[in-house]
Amino acid sequence: MQDQHIASAFDRDLEGIQALIMKMGGMVETAISDASRALDMRDTELAEIVRKNDKAVDALEEEVVAEVARVIAVRAPTAGDLRTVLTVLKISANLERVGDYAKNLAKRTSVLSEMPMINGSGGSIRRMSKSVNLMLKDALDAYIQRDIDLAADVRQRDAEIDQMYNALFREFLTHMMEDPRNITACMHLHFIAKNLERMGDHVTSIAEQVIYLVTGEMPDEDREKKDRTAYVGTPDGA
Amino acid sequence: MMNDMRITERTMSNEIKIAAKGVDVFYGDTHAIKDVDVEIENKAVTAFIGPSGCGKSTFLRCINRMNDTIDVCRVSGDIHLEGEDIYAKDVDPVQLRARVGMVFQKPNPFPKSIYDNVAYGPKIHGLARNKAELDEIVEKSLRRAAIWDEVKDRLDAPGTGLSGGQQQRLCIGRAIATAPEVLLMDEPCSALDPIATAQVEELIDELRASYTVVIVTHSMQQAARVSQKTAFFHLGNLVEYGNTDMIFTNPSDSRTESYITGRIG
Repeated sequence: MQDQHIASAFDRDLEGIQALIMKMGGMVETAISDASRALDMRDTELAEIVRKNDKAVDALEEEVVAEVARVIAVRAPTAGDLRTVLTVLKISANLERVGDYAKNLAKRTSVLSEMPMINGSGGSIRRMSKSVNLMLKDALDAYIQRDIDLAADVRQRDAEIDQMYNALFREFLTHMMEDPRNITACMHLHFIAKNLERMGDHVTSIAEQVIYLVTGEMPDEDREKKDRTAYVGTPDGA
Repeated sequence: MMNDMRITERTMSNEIKIAAKGVDVFYGDTHAIKDVDVEIENKAVTAFIGPSGCGKSTFLRCINRMNDTIDVCRVSGDIHLEGEDIYAKDVDPVQLRARVGMVFQKPNPFPKSIYDNVAYGPKIHGLARNKAELDEIVEKSLRRAAIWDEVKDRLDAPGTGLSGGQQQRLCIGRAIATAPEVLLMDEPCSALDPIATAQVEELIDELRASYTVVIVTHSMQQAARVSQKTAFFHLGNLVEYGNTDMIFTNPSDSRTESYITGRIG
């Protein structure tokens, strides 16, 4: 297929909305790593910056929606162009949600920094947030490169995030059973782990959009899911 | 998720009305249509799209042997209408054109009354035994062409006095007055304003209940709106033919994608 439209303004429009997505993606990546570092270092100032910066991510999402609406109205995109604007719209919504989870992580950091540390949890959460952030980076790279192999790889890696969350879930249960004074901190930490797990789901959705963008079809729902926490406490899920 | 789009109001008969096989058309030394195979479905709208000079109008004109009227034009291959070879020696092109009607780019009503424009075809083909039957055919045709209410009080007025959009609907009424099975439309809206275009498109959608419609259009949006099947022609080749929804969301040939997304003319 030819790369360029006869109407070069159409190319600029499509490049423009994709540039907004990449900008948004960069901001969300920073939010995840800063929120995680703030939690690690008990740095409430950095946590506050993450909370504030989320407004900019939200504003970018609105800008993407407005631009997509304009491009649809003016250009009536079809085929690959249509899939580009549709995926941009969905990915911006995913990124906005990931940004929200990062903000929530930062909020809980302010509370947690006043409490005693929970042994061993810091490292696990740090690893989990690193993995999620790497998945996000790869999903966005896959988007820009139209690389469906990388996107498929990102999809598969969500199972690792689920497993990390399972492990943390059990760890927090143990801590809470050992000493009820751990409950408040563990509840916050559990929500943080849960938020990271949800981030992984949104990143997976971004990777699926890449596959749809390139192939015109959504991937089959055959990937491995490892979040078993819904069954903890049942005879099978013990 | 996207697949669901294709299910909505896309019921088709799946019967083949027109089957073309190995069709080649030459204008003198110019090879205008190259070995085209296509099967056009009964009671559906099929759109032919492609850049200027791609052969889509030429191919359309093969279906009612309009190319016979051009001396240098030579058509080979098979085109069957309901299993009959329309290029067989015993086929009278005039009779064929009563079965395969045509509507042109520019509305071209005869310089006669509105009534006579529609009555002309049925009269010469002997479709009405008396004035009452002819009146009935005229009214039915104009109703089907969605223009009856606008002209019923001035059937004696000249057809050329109507607005462009009304003239085109009058021409569609004239084309369906001979009770054709197939309606060929060559850019029927290119001389019309957006409102008249919308009215003709609405009409095309209604007509497919009774007729097989084949439309040549330069407007890809129009093809997407009115047709169930789309054929993309390029440089005399039929590049891709398939369900309109697929052609416009996920075409399989990169040339089709380049054309519909505005990357090649």
